[in-house]
Amino acid sequence: MKQALLEYQKVNICYSGTRVVQDVDLMMRPGEILGIVGESGSGKTTLIKSALGILGTEGRVESGRILFRGEELKTLSKERLRQVRGSGMGMIFQNPGASLCPVRKIGTQFLETMREHKTLNKKEARDEILELFEKMNLRDGERILNSYPFELSGGMNQRVAIALAMILRPSLILADEPTSALDVTVQAQVVKELMEMRDIFGTGILIVTHNIGVAAHMADRIIVMRDGKIIESGSKDEVIYHPRNRYTRKLIEATPKIRSKRRRPDEAGFRGNRIDQGIYEPKAVV
Amino acid sequence: MTKVFTNRRQSFKAVDGVNFRLYPGQCLGIVGESGSGKSTAARMIAQLETTTEGRILYRNQDITNTPGRKRKSIYRNMQMIFQNPLDSFDPRRKLGSSVVEVLCNYGFSKIEARAQMKKLMERVGLNDEIADRYPHQVSGGQCQRAAIARAIALKPEILICDEATSALDVSVQQQIIKLLKELQSEYHLSILFICHDLALVQEMCQRVIVMYEGKIVEEGAVDEVIENPKEVYTRRLLDSVLSI
Repeated sequence: MKQALLEYQKVNICYSGTRVVQDVDLMMRPGEILGIVGESGSGKTTLIKSALGILGTEGRVESGRILFRGEELKTLSKERLRQVRGSGMGMIFQNPGASLCPVRKIGTQFLETMREHKTLNKKEARDEILELFEKMNLRDGERILNSYPFELSGGMNQRVAIALAMILRPSLILADEPTSALDVTVQAQVVKELMEMRDIFGTGILIVTHNIGVAAHMADRIIVMRDGKIIESGSKDEVIYHPRNRYTRKLIEATPKIRSKRRRPDEAGFRGNRIDQGIYEPKAVV
Repeated sequence: MTKVFTNRRQSFKAVDGVNFRLYPGQCLGIVGESGSGKSTAARMIAQLETTTEGRILYRNQDITNTPGRKRKSIYRNMQMIFQNPLDSFDPRRKLGSSVVEVLCNYGFSKIEARAQMKKLMERVGLNDEIADRYPHQVSGGQCQRAAIARAIALKPEILICDEATSALDVSVQQQIIKLLKELQSEYHLSILFICHDLALVQEMCQRVIVMYEGKIVEEGAVDEVIENPKEVYTRRLLDSVLSI
């Protein structure tokens, strides 16, 4: 069996004494998209923050092991951890306006990120960024690089944040509610782009969302969390179409659905659409 | 039959020559992406934005750009709920007290207002203990319930919901929608329901308006629009809904 990309073994996490994540076991294979769904307060965000070690001063992984490509993250040296964060895994947050630095141009932020991990001059960096922008269908790359985050729309900022997380070609992207602050059309675009990242670069994606529709479209496997525990997990089909847990069923029922005779689920699969439109070639390099 | 009729245009065209009517007891949805002008249109009706051109009529009475003092009578019949309930409450006032304030402004005595507030809070599913908390001490869903209690306190005829459930997670969203539907029939409310999620609009409304770049591009019965979208934009909006 191939080595797991990310693995949690009996992980417990506490925030100032209160246990928010309990006995979580999970395993992600390289290039897999894993969705974690649950309500606010179910511990899903905490779970992915723990992988990056950004729980803040109050949060602590009490017991259990978190392994990234077989290495236990807790035991890594500061320097090794710095390398892993960035070129090993990248993170995308809910509010890109808050995760990008407000007083620096987008270009500067890219350059800073890249220079943390490798030596290169501005010209090389620029070319590399523009090449990635092109792959992501971000037009007008030069203008974006010369903009401040507040000059771009929320959707554009999120796409830039994805590019920033992808620029070092990490093997894992942790996405915390990446589309929840966006409206439906932009959401669909961001979802599409994230899936393309997986198809082009083979990036594994761990996506946390309360929007089951998003998870159903993106994920290969889905985990449902409630009160810090995993209550159901399985392939997308199992969880969405044949949920075993009562809570999962409740969650799925709560999701607003469009009633229409014409449109059936699965009919307009994203993958099919993109290829029809000739927007990109599937499965390039992995 | 015309109870509410609006027609307006803004010079930099956030809203561009929009015409629509909201009928009594009906729920009218406005959908569109960010920047389509749907919130601006609602804010113009609620007198939070000035209207550059056109007229807004409430029961055949012109309420376009009502000066400050006269607005009070408009707000007796028209109330609004916003996306972020935390921002719409005074952070230094307890939730219950915010509701009492509204009632007192419209002639209730303190004692009557307190009693009425308790009833309202109970109606939206909040107990006394929550009414005694500050906005930051309750969850987003509870805060939105309190905002609804405040909005229906004066038994308005029109309720404007501007993305009232967009900041909430699915299960809370469903509860709020259920509450709004119940209140609609109980109070015979006319609701202007602004939302970017067509699936939610279908659940809530009878009629829908699709806005794009400040203009209405499509209008009709919700099921009809969803079944047979005429505009390319509406179709794009429909395709963007990631339903299960």
